[in-house]
Amino acid sequence: MEQFTLTLPSSPLPQDIVRAAICGVVSSGNLEVLVEPGATRDACEIVVNTSAHGFRDIWEAVLKDFAARHDVGGLRLSINDAGATPAVVSLRLDQAFETCAA
Amino acid sequence: MNAPATPSGRWDNLARSRAGRLARAAGFATGRLVSADSIVPLLEAVIEPGDRVCIEGNNQKQADFLARSLVKTDPARLRDLHLVQSVLALPEHIDLIERGQVSRIDFSFSGPQAGRLARLVESGKITIGAIHTYLELFARYFVDLTPRVALIAAQAADREGNLYTGPNTEDTPAIVEATAFKGGIVIAQVNEIVDRLPRVDIPADWVNFVVQAPTPHYIEPLFTRDPALITEIQVLMGMIAIKGLYAEYGITRLNHGIGFDTAAIELLLPTYAAELGLKGKICTHWALNPHPTLIPAIEAGFVESVHSFGSEVGMERYTAARPDIFFVGQDGSMRSNRAFCQAAGHYACDLFIGSTLQIDLQGNSSTATKGRIAGFGGAPNMGADARGRRHASPAWLRAGREGRGNIAMPRGQKLVVQIVETFREHMQPTFVERLDAWDLAATANMALPPVMIYGEDLTHIITEEGIANLLMCATPQEREQAIRGVAGYTPVGMARDLRMVENLRDRGIIRRPEDLGIRKRDATRDLLAARSVKDLVHASGGLYDPPQQFRNW
Repeated sequence: MEQFTLTLPSSPLPQDIVRAAICGVVSSGNLEVLVEPGATRDACEIVVNTSAHGFRDIWEAVLKDFAARHDVGGLRLSINDAGATPAVVSLRLDQAFETCAA
Repeated sequence: MNAPATPSGRWDNLARSRAGRLARAAGFATGRLVSADSIVPLLEAVIEPGDRVCIEGNNQKQADFLARSLVKTDPARLRDLHLVQSVLALPEHIDLIERGQVSRIDFSFSGPQAGRLARLVESGKITIGAIHTYLELFARYFVDLTPRVALIAAQAADREGNLYTGPNTEDTPAIVEATAFKGGIVIAQVNEIVDRLPRVDIPADWVNFVVQAPTPHYIEPLFTRDPALITEIQVLMGMIAIKGLYAEYGITRLNHGIGFDTAAIELLLPTYAAELGLKGKICTHWALNPHPTLIPAIEAGFVESVHSFGSEVGMERYTAARPDIFFVGQDGSMRSNRAFCQAAGHYACDLFIGSTLQIDLQGNSSTATKGRIAGFGGAPNMGADARGRRHASPAWLRAGREGRGNIAMPRGQKLVVQIVETFREHMQPTFVERLDAWDLAATANMALPPVMIYGEDLTHIITEEGIANLLMCATPQEREQAIRGVAGYTPVGMARDLRMVENLRDRGIIRRPEDLGIRKRDATRDLLAARSVKDLVHASGGLYDPPQQFRNW
């Protein structure tokens, strides 16, 4: 297991999320994302737990792009990853965001 | 009618050679019928050292009994053979090389034997003439690679030697036509000998010998994709293809590759494409094998016509019951024909879409990897602009305008699309600076790196990041950035010029899912018209009979 936390600047979410959202499942090649309110209005805090080692650079690139693509300030994301590809990570993050922003 | 007199020995060497071979074989046959026990001596009698031999090995049906029998012949007698056949799929094909009976091969595809073949080439045991496309190899059968002996597979023969090849006709007509009319010998293995055939696919006077094989010929279910294994990324890419390409260009005539990405598109037609109001506007006419994953779209009325290269195991009853859609004989069973379907895919389709293992910065793509000589099959013919084409269609004309501008002589272009995830399994990047094909060409001493689709033919790339339209790129630099711009988090993608990529996006050369109005939360497996093989059986009204390995209920 590798664990790290990133705090990425992002514009504040337009409205407060009313409920936590969970997306995906922890199965091989997949991941689970839990979205809940965070501590800082203009940053997104992301906790990554991953079974794959040595991909920190790619994680940071994927997560930075996510925080730039959406206004996710004020959110805290917890990711439990079982070896998902960057494609799956981005898709799950976008799905989780769309679900809690809907 | 009298044949004109020919001076013996000057113009009829092939006929005299054939007569000599038939005379030597006469003791092992009763008329055209050969018993399974006599097949090895019969092969030794008709085949001569140095002969070009085709052991019918398509990517589906295999003349497997004849291949096994050839391996039992005396290597001192049958040697220095030149194999000319579309697929090297059986271990016996490679065994013949290891036994020193085959010195040269010309072929198209070697999927399952790719590793063994590469080792034999490296050790110098075999020379590869060339790796062809199917259509290209068939063409050479009629020019400079005509088989002297063809060992073919049919479903049934009658007592005269007429053959019924049925749904899996595949390569047989091309092989037999070339062999029988150029002094060669045709030997067929059949599953059964009957009094009356449902129909005649190959007439008896093109066939020299028929042997009933102890077991039915093997057919690989190469085109069955279990919907249960389709991922949400594939659903997302399928949505991008339908909305961003098929709807945009109005694609009605097309060919799909055999991967899960295109299976996802087939299963999204009755759901996502129907919701977009595209029924009757896209995907009506196909050059395609009877893919089980096309069943829901056919049942939903999306599809008007399908011509097939071969059949697919378990689809026989379904195709027979849909004669308005498939090409079906008066006996009621489908007929396929790989040569004609390849020609149809090349000239009469406006779009090809398929997957690959590697794409470089010029858009060249290859399935060659180090240590495996896998070949191409038909993809290069489908995935190439048909420069001889002279009929217009709206999709073809639009692609031509996008690619050539308005100044040039009006001319269309085929849409050739690669649909790939940016990473394959084990985090292998699909996008690379340099194709492995270069190394393979060097180690195997090939004149050409085995490129499946050349960059100059490729018009679009679809990944989970969106579509890159390579037609609209004005310069090679733009083209490279368009490729990097959909290459995700691979090293190639990470090295993109962000400003240039955003500029390409502003100009619609790169389109992200959000630019196309695609909501990612809709990209779930619930959108697939069938989510399991059992769903496909149900959609077919029980007509589809999947092979055992796909039955998990």
